[in-house]
Amino acid sequence: MLEIPCPWCGPRNETEFVCAGEADRKRPANPEAETEEAWADYLFNTTNPKGVVREWWWHVSGCTRWFQIDRDTVTHEITPVKDPSK
Amino acid sequence: MTRLANGGVIDRQRPLRFTFNGKRYQGYEGDTLASALVANDVLIVGRSFKYHRPRGLLTCGPEEPNALVQLVSDGDQPNLRATEIPLREDLEARSVNCWPSAKFDLRAINSVLAPLFPAGFYYKTFMAGRWDFYSRFIRQAAGLGHSPKERDQGRYERVNHHADVLIVGAGPSGIQAARVSAETGHDVMVLDMQESPGGHLLFHPRQIDGRAASDWVSREVGELQARENVTWLQSTTATGYYDHNMVIAVQHEPAESWLKERLWHIRASKVVIATGAVERPLIFPGNDRPGVMLADAAVRYIRRFAAVPGKRVLIYTNNSTPYAHLETFKTAGIEIQSILDLRKSPSEAELSLARNSEVPVIVDARITGVQGRSGVKGVTYQNGAGTKTVRCDFVCHSGGWNPLIHLYSHAGGRSRFEQASAAFVPGERAQGAYPIGGANGTFSLAEGLKEATDVANTLFCESVGNSAWSTPATPATEDEVAYRIDQIWPEKGLKGKAFVDFQNDVTTADIALAVRENFQSIEHVKRYTTAGMAVDQGKIGNPNVIGLVSRELGEEQSSVGTTTFRPPFAPVSFGAIGGSERGPLIIPARTTPMTAWNIENGAAMDEAGANFRRPFFFPRPGEVMEDAVAREAAAVRTSCGIYDGSPLGTFELQGPDTGELLNRLYTNRFDNLPVGRGRFGLMLREDGRLFDDGVTFRVDQNRYLMSCGTGAAGPVYAHIDRLLQTEWTDLNVYLVNVSAAWATMCVCGPLARVVLGKLESDIALDPTFQFLDFRDGALEGINVRVARVSYTGELSFEVNVARRSALKLWKILMEAGKEFDITPVGSETSGVLRIEKGFISPGHEGDNITNPFDAGMGWIVDMTKSDFIGKRSLLRDIKLGGERQHVVGLLPDDERAPVADGSALLPAQESNSRSGFQGHVTAACFSPTLKRTIALALLKDGQNRHGEKVVISGLENSCVATVTEPAFYDPKGERMRA
Repeated sequence: MLEIPCPWCGPRNETEFVCAGEADRKRPANPEAETEEAWADYLFNTTNPKGVVREWWWHVSGCTRWFQIDRDTVTHEITPVKDPSK
Repeated sequence: MTRLANGGVIDRQRPLRFTFNGKRYQGYEGDTLASALVANDVLIVGRSFKYHRPRGLLTCGPEEPNALVQLVSDGDQPNLRATEIPLREDLEARSVNCWPSAKFDLRAINSVLAPLFPAGFYYKTFMAGRWDFYSRFIRQAAGLGHSPKERDQGRYERVNHHADVLIVGAGPSGIQAARVSAETGHDVMVLDMQESPGGHLLFHPRQIDGRAASDWVSREVGELQARENVTWLQSTTATGYYDHNMVIAVQHEPAESWLKERLWHIRASKVVIATGAVERPLIFPGNDRPGVMLADAAVRYIRRFAAVPGKRVLIYTNNSTPYAHLETFKTAGIEIQSILDLRKSPSEAELSLARNSEVPVIVDARITGVQGRSGVKGVTYQNGAGTKTVRCDFVCHSGGWNPLIHLYSHAGGRSRFEQASAAFVPGERAQGAYPIGGANGTFSLAEGLKEATDVANTLFCESVGNSAWSTPATPATEDEVAYRIDQIWPEKGLKGKAFVDFQNDVTTADIALAVRENFQSIEHVKRYTTAGMAVDQGKIGNPNVIGLVSRELGEEQSSVGTTTFRPPFAPVSFGAIGGSERGPLIIPARTTPMTAWNIENGAAMDEAGANFRRPFFFPRPGEVMEDAVAREAAAVRTSCGIYDGSPLGTFELQGPDTGELLNRLYTNRFDNLPVGRGRFGLMLREDGRLFDDGVTFRVDQNRYLMSCGTGAAGPVYAHIDRLLQTEWTDLNVYLVNVSAAWATMCVCGPLARVVLGKLESDIALDPTFQFLDFRDGALEGINVRVARVSYTGELSFEVNVARRSALKLWKILMEAGKEFDITPVGSETSGVLRIEKGFISPGHEGDNITNPFDAGMGWIVDMTKSDFIGKRSLLRDIKLGGERQHVVGLLPDDERAPVADGSALLPAQESNSRSGFQGHVTAACFSPTLKRTIALALLKDGQNRHGEKVVISGLENSCVATVTEPAFYDPKGERMRA
C-alpha cells in the first residue's frame, strides 16, 4: 500500500485517497476552438509513461483537498509537488 | 514412545492427549503436533500430492512440505503444518490428501502408474478432448484438505503500527540489531515467528559472552522488552513486504484470549530482515521416504522437544553443518552409523569432530537407494570402493542452506548466486530492506552478530546524522567450524525417484524432461513442472530446481536466476484478512431516520445505491410483491402515498459565482433562477453522456441547494469538487455535502395537499405555491422546507427536515393521513411510477452512449450558452451524425406479456435496412395504473419509428410490441402541476 504525502495532512495510507489521473491534462479554456482530434485526445488519451508521471490525488477521506505528486510508475517513488494549487 | 528422560522445553508434569488420524496419543505441554508425533514414533504423516507416496516429517518448521493436516478440533482448518501447531489437550488432526487413510492409500496406484504422469501430463493429455468431461474426475482427486463447513468461531482484528525500524526475526542477529537500534532511542518493533525468541539458538548449544546462549537471549530480550521504545511480538509471522515499506504480519493467539489472530499493517522507515535460513535437502533416490529427515530438523526435535526420531542414524551431507550435530545425537543415545560425505575432502576441523565422536566418515559417497517403504531399513551407497548397504532406521541429510530472502524479494530486491555458500543471497536492494545474518547468507554466528551491529549502526548514523553515541559492543562467541559446501549434483539419468520439490512431487526426471522439451526459462520450468508453487512457494526446493536446470542447460546457476517469490511467505487465514469486517460489517448499510420504522412496519428491504438499504415494498399479510406494488401505486395515483427520499444526495453551494458554476455544470441555465424557486437540471459528463439529474433550488442570491441521485451522490460530489479545485480555481464557490444533515419525505398523490393541510403550519398551501416553488416554515412546530417537486407525476410535496426531527414528523404525517389511507411506498413502486411517466433515469436509460437528444431531453439543453461540461462533445455527436439509439416506449400486443430489463429488440420483419439487434429494454413493468405491460427502451433511430412493431426477445419470453412516445401516463404533466 502506497503512502501518499498529503501537503495538508502529512503521509497517509493510499486507501484514504483517490488517484485522479494525470495532472498535465488541463481542460481547454475554449473547448469549441479545439479540433476534433485535439478534443478526442484530451477526452480519451493519457500519456501513461514508464517512469515519472505528475498526478492529481484527492484526499477524499481526509481534508478533501486535491493536490499533485510526481510518482514513478516503476518504483512508486513519490516526490511532492511544491505548489499544489498550480 | 521415544522421549528422552531429560531436556527440552516440554513440561513432563502436564501430559496432553491428542488424536491423529483416528488414533489416540499422548504428548506434553510445549510440544508441537509434529514433535509429539516424532515422540510417538508416528512415521507416516501424510501422502504426497500426485503419487500419494507415504511421507514423513522432513523439517521442524514452517517450511514443512509433507505434514499438512486438517485441524479438526479447531474449526476444521485445512492444510496447517503439523510443525507449527502447538499441542493442546484433545487436539484432533488428520492427514490431508489420502484415502481411506495415510497408512493405506488407494490412490498410491498413481505411484505405480508414475511413468504415465510426467511433467506437463495434464496439458498433454486433457487438452486434446473435452476438458469439461475430464475435469469431473480430476477435480475429485485434486486439492488438499477440505473447507470447513461450520462458520469460524474465532475472532480476528487488524491494527496499524508505525516504527522507525522493523526487525523481522528474533534470532541472534535480530536481537543484536534490536539492541543497537533501541539504544539510539528510535521506535523499534521486533517480530518473531516462534513462541520464544532466540531463533536457531533455541535448538543448538552455543556460547555467547562466555555463557550459554540461552542466558544471553533471555537477558537481552528481557531488557529490550522492558524498554518503552520497543514493541516485541512472538508467534508473529511477517507474510509480505509491500510498497513504501509496508510489512504485513499475522500474530497467532495473542495474549488476549478472545482473539485468534491479529493482522498487523506495519509501516517502518527501515526493515531489517533477520529471517535466517532453512536447510536444503539432498537429491537421492528415496529421499522422500518416511524416516528420511533434514539433519537440522532431527537436532531440533531432540534438543527442544526431547523427541528422538530413531535409534540408528546415517548422515548424508555435502557441507559442514551435520558435523556439529554429532554430539547431540550421541548424547541422545543414538547410534551413528557413519557420515556419507559427497565431498572428496572434508576439512580437518570437520574430520576432527567426527573423530571425537568416533563416527566413521565415508567421502566421495553417493546414496543410490533407501530400503523400506513406510520406514527406513537401510541405505545403499556407492563410493570408490563399490556399492555397500548399511542398516539404519533413519537418515539425516543436509544439502546446504537457503537464506530466507522472501521478504527481501517481495520488496523488489534482487538475488544473486554466491558460489562460496552455494546459495541465492540478497543482491540489489529495493526500498528500505536490510538483510542480516542467515537471511543475508552469513551463516556464522559471530559474523552474523557483527553484521547486525554494523547494519543497525549504519541505519541510524544515516538518519540521526550523528555518530557521537557509543555503539553497543558485538558479543563474543566461541570458535566455530567454518562453513564449507560443495554442491555435487546427482548423475544425469538417475535411476529411481529422487524428489526436488516434495510438496508438488517433482523429481529430477521431471526437470530433465521439461528442459528436453525446451523450457529454458526458470519461470517456465516452474509452471510446467509446478515446482515451487502452492503453499510451499519454493522455500525448500527452489535452489535445487535452479541447480538442476542449470546443469541440464549447461549454464551457471547465476545466469539461470530465481523465480519470483510472492507474498504470502506463509499462508494467511481469511479470518485474519477480514479482521472484524465480516457479516454485516463488510459493507455497513447506511440508514435513514425512518429505517427502523420501515422495518417495524413490514418493509421488504432491498440494497439501494451508495450502500443504502431501503424499503422495496410494504407487503400486507397475504400479499405478494405484485399486489403490494399495485396497491401502493394506486394510492399515489388516487389518494396519497409517502416516500422516504432521504438517501438522495444534497449539496449546498455558496458564493458569488455559484450561478456561473451551475451554468457550466448543467446543460441549462441557473444564474437566472429566481430566489425561492427550483429548476430541474441535467448534468452531462465531459464526453456528452448522461451523468445525473435533479432539482436545484435558489435559497438566496448566492446560495443554492442541489439534489442528485442516491448512487450518483459520490461521483457528482467528486466531479464538482475536482472542477472547483483543479480547473476553475477562479470561481468563488463553497461546496458542502449536506446529504446526511437533511431527511426528506415525499407526500404525493391528489390528496397530498389535504393531508398536509391538516397540520398546524405557517406555510400556505394556496395556489400561489406553484410547482417547483419551495417555502420555509414549520409543521407542527418542526422547522421544515417544503418543495413542490414530483418524481411520481402526481401532486407532490417534498418535506425536508433536519435529520433529528425526521422520524417525529414522519409519524405525525402518518397519523394525519390515516383517514385517507396514506400509504408508505417502496422503491419498486417508485420505479413503476417513473416508468409510467417516462421520466429518464440516467442509471437506466443512460448507457454511456445516450446523450440528451437521444433521451428526448433536447428541451433542457441550452446550446446558446458559451460552454458547459459536455457541450463540446455534443457538437461532435451532431457533426458526426449517423444513426443513434433513442429512448422510446414499448407497448406489447399481449398486454400481460412478461418483459425483462435488458431484453434485446429485434425487427418484427427483417429487411435490408433493418436486421439484427435494434436495441434493448432499459426498464419494464406491469403498470397497475394502465393495467398492462409497459417498457422503456433504447432503439436505433427510435424517435422516427413510433407506431412500428418490434420483437422484444428475452431469455425466456418473446413478444411483439408497438413503439410509442416514452410517456404512458399524463404526458402533458398536468397532474403534478395541479
